[in-house]
Amino acid sequence: MVAKDKIVVEGLTGDAAIAHALKQADLDVLAAYPITPQTIIVEDYQKFAANGEVRAKVIPVESEHSAMSACVGASAVGARVATASASAGLALMWEILYCAASMRMPIVFAVANRALSAPINIHNDWSDTYGARDSGFIQIYCQSCQEAYDTTLMAFRIAEDHDVLLPIIVGIDGFILSHNVERVEMLPDDEVTKFVGVRDPFIKLDPENPITMGPLALTDYYFEFKEQQDRAMDNVPKVYAKVEKEFEKLTGRKYGMFEEYRTEDAEIIIFTHSTPGGTAKAVCDTLREKGEKVGVVRLRMFRPFPAKELAEAMKHAKAVVVFEKCRSFGAPSNPLALELKTAFYDLGKRPMVTDFVIGLGGRDVPPTTIVEGYERTKEYLKKGEAPLYETLGVRK
Amino acid sequence: MNEKYNEIPIAGNIVKPGNATEYKTGGWRAQRPVHNPETCLWIKNGTCGRCWIFCPDGAVKLTEKDGKYFYEYNLDYCKGCGICANECPTNSITMESE
Repeated sequence: MVAKDKIVVEGLTGDAAIAHALKQADLDVLAAYPITPQTIIVEDYQKFAANGEVRAKVIPVESEHSAMSACVGASAVGARVATASASAGLALMWEILYCAASMRMPIVFAVANRALSAPINIHNDWSDTYGARDSGFIQIYCQSCQEAYDTTLMAFRIAEDHDVLLPIIVGIDGFILSHNVERVEMLPDDEVTKFVGVRDPFIKLDPENPITMGPLALTDYYFEFKEQQDRAMDNVPKVYAKVEKEFEKLTGRKYGMFEEYRTEDAEIIIFTHSTPGGTAKAVCDTLREKGEKVGVVRLRMFRPFPAKELAEAMKHAKAVVVFEKCRSFGAPSNPLALELKTAFYDLGKRPMVTDFVIGLGGRDVPPTTIVEGYERTKEYLKKGEAPLYETLGVRK
Repeated sequence: MNEKYNEIPIAGNIVKPGNATEYKTGGWRAQRPVHNPETCLWIKNGTCGRCWIFCPDGAVKLTEKDGKYFYEYNLDYCKGCGICANECPTNSITMESE
């Protein structure tokens, strides 16, 4: 483990923590277009570049579509690449998200999760990255600024591994985490350099050895390339575990694909991710003091979704209460609960799953919202049935 | 074309340049160009060649041997777009259904 006196401790926002991680990860290219609430990430990184603290080429492009396109181009020549965005910016990248994943470009993409228009809203929910859940990006969500820093560093190793070669989204809750200052322990530069290493491209554009990337593939080959991509996604948990083990040796910190909190004897488990995970754990402690058998599973890795592991971790519960900041309009359930129900389907005895849509457009999620969902779930358990989903915290 | 997913380059990359020739696009054709040597200027005196210039697939082949001019199509690559017929100043090319 790195000696304590070598660790730099600073008060950083979630955005700044990611900017510092990007600085130490020794990028070659950062291409981005400014959008709230990820602004500080690129602003801080531009400052590092202007001060000569990083040697990366920063490309201030004219739109997010161009930002992701520039990232794909840079990644294709073998560069280590990152970008950042949110909400409408991420939506404008849409076409190229799929290109980045299908062309197997290991781009690290920091997202400060923000609601989508309309009405225009700069605050947090998960509609932006949930919408991109089928794009082929790995998705990891963070609860704290420390976790944002740590995950960003690990993201390069996971994405660039030759068994993976996929782009990765590191998600933090807009404003709630992106703009809140927390204590962050940073590794010394030389330790990070050793940990992240230099990108070793599997294949790259090279004038000496010309190849074509991203060409046409129709009925005869397209499906085979999708098979490759699917299998690459399957490799993520194995590579993630390997990378995190190394990271733990360095820092003593590890997170897993999800965090289990007081779940062993829990009859009801709260399932959520990002900042509501912290609120849920605080609520859990209070309820435990009152004798309630409750626990929390806080998800980190949403793509690939660790279905088997989650089912194993929660199968003993009577019910699982899902809290998620997204409404999938017209769907019988919402992205997080939908995945969990699929994970539970093959269990002989399935826990009841209740699904609460919370915090859209940054609506505050106080502990009372979590308690309300918990109490309702207890009632539904008594009745033996629950609605497919409910909104919570909205005036109705 | 029978390769499995793990027998082809990653992500559809074309790792050998110039292999577009292996992809016979002539199969897309619904109409084929039919050439009339009687009125064709290339056959007559080795001039014009507009069909050769405008063909997007290099499927028109104009050759000369011992002062004689020859004309043929490479139907492996002719997609039947009809540009040659459209460009011909003497209407020596007509498009006929396959």
